[in-house]
Amino acid sequence: MTYDAGHYDVIVIGAGHAGVEAGLASARMGAKTLMLTLNLDMIAFMPCNPSIGGPAKGIVVREIDALGGAMAKVIDKTHIQMRMLNTGKGPAVQALRAQADKPLYIKEMKNIIENEENLTIRQGMVNELIVEDGVCKGVITESKAAYSAETVIITTGTFMRGKVLMGDLEYESGPNNQRVSVKLSEHLEDLGFELTRFKTGTPPRVNSHTIDYSKTEIQPGDEKPQSFSYETTEYITDQIPCWLTYTNEFTHEIINENLSLSAMYSGMKRGTGPRYCPSIEDKIVRFNDKPRHQIFLEPEGRDTEEVYVQGLSTSLPESIQHDMVRSVEGLENAEIMRAGYAIEYDAVVPTQLWPTLETKRIAGLYTAGQINGTSGYEEAAAQGIMAGINAAAKVLGKDPVILDRSQAYIGVLIDDLVTKGTNEPYRLLTSRAEYRLLLRHDNADLRLSETANELGLITDARYQTFVEKKRLVEEEKKRLNKLIIKPSEAINQVMEEAGATPLKEAVKAYDLLKRPELSYEILENMIEPNPDLSNEMKEQVGIQIKYEGYIKKAYEQVSRMLKMEDKKIPDDIDYDAIGGIATEAKEKLKKVRPLSVGQASRISGVNPADVSILLVYIEQGNIARVAN
Amino acid sequence: METDTITAISTPIGEGAIAIVRLSGPEAISITEQIYKGKSLREADSHTIHYGKILDPQTQEVAEEVMVTLMRGPKTFTREDVVEINCHGGMVSVNRVLEIILSKGARLAEPGEFTKRAFLNGRIDLSQAEAVMDLIRAKTDKAMSVALKQMDGRLSGLIQTLRQNLLETVAHVEVNIDYPEYDDVEEMSKEVMREKTKEVHREIENLLEVAKQGKILREGLATAIIGRPNVGKSSLMNALVQENKAIVTEIPGTTRDIIEEYVNVRGVPLRLVDTAGIRETEDIVEKIGVERSRKVLKESDLILFVLNHNEELSEEDEKLFEAIQGLEYIVIINKTDLEQKLDLEKVSELSEGNPIVTTSLLEEAGIDKLEQAIAETFFSGEIDTGDLTYVSNIRHIQLLKQAKEALEESMQGLDMEMPLDIVQIDVTRTWEFLGEIIGDTASDSLIDQLFSQFCLGK
Ligand SMILES: Cc1cc2nc3c(=O)[nH]c(=O)nc-3n(C[C@H](O)[C@H](O)[C@H](O)COP(=O)(O)OP(=O)(O)OC[C@H]3O[C@@H](n4cnc5c(N)ncnc54)[C@H](O)[C@@H]3O)c2cc1C
Ligand SMILES: Nc1nc2c(ncn2[C@@H]2O[C@H](COP(=O)(O)OP(=O)(O)OP(=O)(O)O)[C@@H](O)[C@H]2O)c(=O)[nH]1
Ligand SMILES: [Mg+2]
Repeated sequence: MTYDAGHYDVIVIGAGHAGVEAGLASARMGAKTLMLTLNLDMIAFMPCNPSIGGPAKGIVVREIDALGGAMAKVIDKTHIQMRMLNTGKGPAVQALRAQADKPLYIKEMKNIIENEENLTIRQGMVNELIVEDGVCKGVITESKAAYSAETVIITTGTFMRGKVLMGDLEYESGPNNQRVSVKLSEHLEDLGFELTRFKTGTPPRVNSHTIDYSKTEIQPGDEKPQSFSYETTEYITDQIPCWLTYTNEFTHEIINENLSLSAMYSGMKRGTGPRYCPSIEDKIVRFNDKPRHQIFLEPEGRDTEEVYVQGLSTSLPESIQHDMVRSVEGLENAEIMRAGYAIEYDAVVPTQLWPTLETKRIAGLYTAGQINGTSGYEEAAAQGIMAGINAAAKVLGKDPVILDRSQAYIGVLIDDLVTKGTNEPYRLLTSRAEYRLLLRHDNADLRLSETANELGLITDARYQTFVEKKRLVEEEKKRLNKLIIKPSEAINQVMEEAGATPLKEAVKAYDLLKRPELSYEILENMIEPNPDLSNEMKEQVGIQIKYEGYIKKAYEQVSRMLKMEDKKIPDDIDYDAIGGIATEAKEKLKKVRPLSVGQASRISGVNPADVSILLVYIEQGNIARVAN
Repeated sequence: METDTITAISTPIGEGAIAIVRLSGPEAISITEQIYKGKSLREADSHTIHYGKILDPQTQEVAEEVMVTLMRGPKTFTREDVVEINCHGGMVSVNRVLEIILSKGARLAEPGEFTKRAFLNGRIDLSQAEAVMDLIRAKTDKAMSVALKQMDGRLSGLIQTLRQNLLETVAHVEVNIDYPEYDDVEEMSKEVMREKTKEVHREIENLLEVAKQGKILREGLATAIIGRPNVGKSSLMNALVQENKAIVTEIPGTTRDIIEEYVNVRGVPLRLVDTAGIRETEDIVEKIGVERSRKVLKESDLILFVLNHNEELSEEDEKLFEAIQGLEYIVIINKTDLEQKLDLEKVSELSEGNPIVTTSLLEEAGIDKLEQAIAETFFSGEIDTGDLTYVSNIRHIQLLKQAKEALEESMQGLDMEMPLDIVQIDVTRTWEFLGEIIGDTASDSLIDQLFSQFCLGK
């Protein structure tokens, strides 16, 4: 018998990276929210690399922050080093990455959760959902607590029927020997969800005292203080370096000789692993001409001696892992503290979701994070915040929030998942975004602050700061467009110092900034400075002017895309009633059930003619519906 | 209302002397105005016809004398401004006019798009939606099958090579972005990028040059007329073309040069090639052997093999049968008005089930049956004519041009010292345009390339 454990607007199952953002967003929007998780000491635990951000992912963290999420602020407070990547490249691809202090990250995140109004967190294992007439009404835990709710979000990550693999060792487990979630997975299957089996892996951790750092190269953080959050004002100055070393022919020999002992190479049929996170076994097999591979040694925190051996992800037996690690320069005497392993788990086929992350099968039920077939903390957090927003919006009677592909990497991620599905753990890459020039690190606030403000996810003060920033940037652009710079000795000296050809004729400051050699900082030496502008604003002005042509071109594409997004398709349209659409396209459309003609056009197998026919069909207004 | 202007040839190809290029959309009139010499269209009344000349924008030479019909929206088929340009000079010049219009910013219409616009703009009753949808489907399917037939193996091979080349370059740039710290992937340099873009640019220019000569981007199904001398090959060609272009004589071996003619047989666009007389046929088969001559013949999409009803089957005929074995051909037994000397059973046996048609070209008998057989061979039955065949060729050319322009923009970006990840945007567009030519628009290939080309991961 279950007992009545109370009623909530939104229940979030799981307190990983998806779960915490979901819970926080939902609570902040004013929904009474409960989070249930297996272990309160493992909130927002990082089972793999101690690092947040990087290309595409770092921009997602900025977006989460612009939407009022927690990830950016927590990593700003708990990192051991931070670096801006791709500084030599264009503004669209620059991204921050931080090395995290893992235990501190957990502590900090737990603190935020505990102190959030409207949010309750409790330890517990959810075994099943309460579903009535195709609507999710609550959850039941293994301790027989029955919670009722308006909406439920599942964010159970890699725990679903998780299986740890190391050589021939194999046991049911969540990541890092946490309890596995079996019943819930079976329950989802019983409810009719299509599940798939994915896998991922992690490298060994070694004791820092046993590493000979003198044989490795130091990898320090940037000196310049930086932050993920737009609101961070205090910066960590005492950074800790990472270290670089390499595998060698001996390492490869050890691996090759023992390949058949690797869990993933033993011939057993296994879940699909991500190509972008190959195990060291994969790398040796697939790229056997490479004489060496990079190994980054990354401290897992300030108050621990554990060091993450990035590059050696493996499911070889423990005994071989010792040899393998010790074959690497600098690690000759290294002591493994935790061995690497692979983990196999159930994921929900994400084409079963609406772009709000609500499941099509059961109303009021949402899934977010690695359970949807993604991989990565940032990808999980991004879905978490959107599921939290939408689950709360549904309860509060607000419109659903769907970010489009030109608005955010988050939009790209979710659209890809629900429209195309994925046949391997999905990771964000900058190349997945067709409008990446618009989706920059520097302008996440410009893209998302309005939405965040409307939803009540950010404070008024923060919103006002943003409005002011935007205004100042616009005014400065106008000013530069009116400002004429005439050639003079002083001006041309600045030009020459910058390596630019001297001015011959008067030119607008605006146009001068477009010269490849000139930046706003240099231009400032030729004009009356604007004391109101922060560095961040100057950067913004510079980017917007310099890349104006490309940005404009991208917006033209976007407006074409958005026109098709505006052509809505009723969610109960009966595709069988539409003549003319090719059979393959029809099957795909019936499966994905796109909400707009734009989304339909991105489904592989749906051709332009099918899209045209669909458009005509919708336009004529008399749309056949499937009976419920 | 749509914001762009579309255009296409809107008369059946090859039929009759007049062909119409139609434009619809906000720029229909202004685009025409730019390439047209005659009375100003901007001031002209709606629904009026004007005589004028289409000028080649590059050379300012007269490309074609035309009649232009001007129709301002909303009282038009599409409810948009519509211009119809009537051309006289057959397909080559119609294509030329279409190309000029495309170069001025109109977009090539998708199959059925005029009708689709008429519908979306409320010109066609909502109850007709079904019919409109059917039309889009039918036109698309036909365009696809024609486009497939027209896609030269060499062309698609070349395009695939170019795309792979670009893809590797793009993947390299992407890897530098997404994995900035991997030192076993060297940084793509602007020099390498410049080299690559130049190389591909040169190839595309070559392709366009070749396309101009019609060698690769053919304008019809290559149809070879073969047979011994004096069997009636030229007569057949004339009958099909319905004008006396090739010289018909009683002296064997009159046709010395290969004569090409474009005709439209029941919607099947053919480029007829009247091969030279027997001596050369014989030479081909004997000198280079059956295998090689087969190769020559294989480049034809269809072979019309003419036999003489009035003569016995010769060794040469049998050799020709051997040469065309397994290819798509129709046997024509000509001169049925004369006494039968041909062993019809033997012919039927040698024909392997390919259609056999009897004609008397002198008495103009059997041509109908032949046309029917041609249509059936390619479309398994009657098809109605459409603007699709030529369009699919022009489409290729158009896409090649767009690819070239995108590439030029990337080169400009390089000149302007833009970062590679920005230059790469236009390189990717180039890759996409080329993909459209061969019908490959899958965007996942880049990510596949990324992980097969480079060793990445934790
Ligand atoms: C071995 C390993 C290696 C990885 N390697 C990488 C990598 O190299 N790169 C990368 O980007 N990502 C990697 N990941 C993935 C990354 O850790 C996840 O993408 C991310 O943590 C997913 O976040 P999440 O919130 O979806 O799930 P998780 O962080 O896994 O959180 C799941 C939460 O659900 C709770 N939970 C589970 N079941 C129940 C239940 N029945 N009832 C209540 N609560 C429940 C858990 O307690 C936990 O709080 C790896 C993961 C593992 C395990
Ligand atoms: N009686 C009769 N004569 C025909 C027929 N068809 C063609 N001829 C005549 O046959 C002669 C040869 O015709 P062509 O069309 O020049 O033959 P060809 O195959 O092109 O000949 P070469 O080019 O010399 O190889 C001409 O005098 C035609 O008028 C037919 O059906 N019946
Ligand atoms: Mg002849």
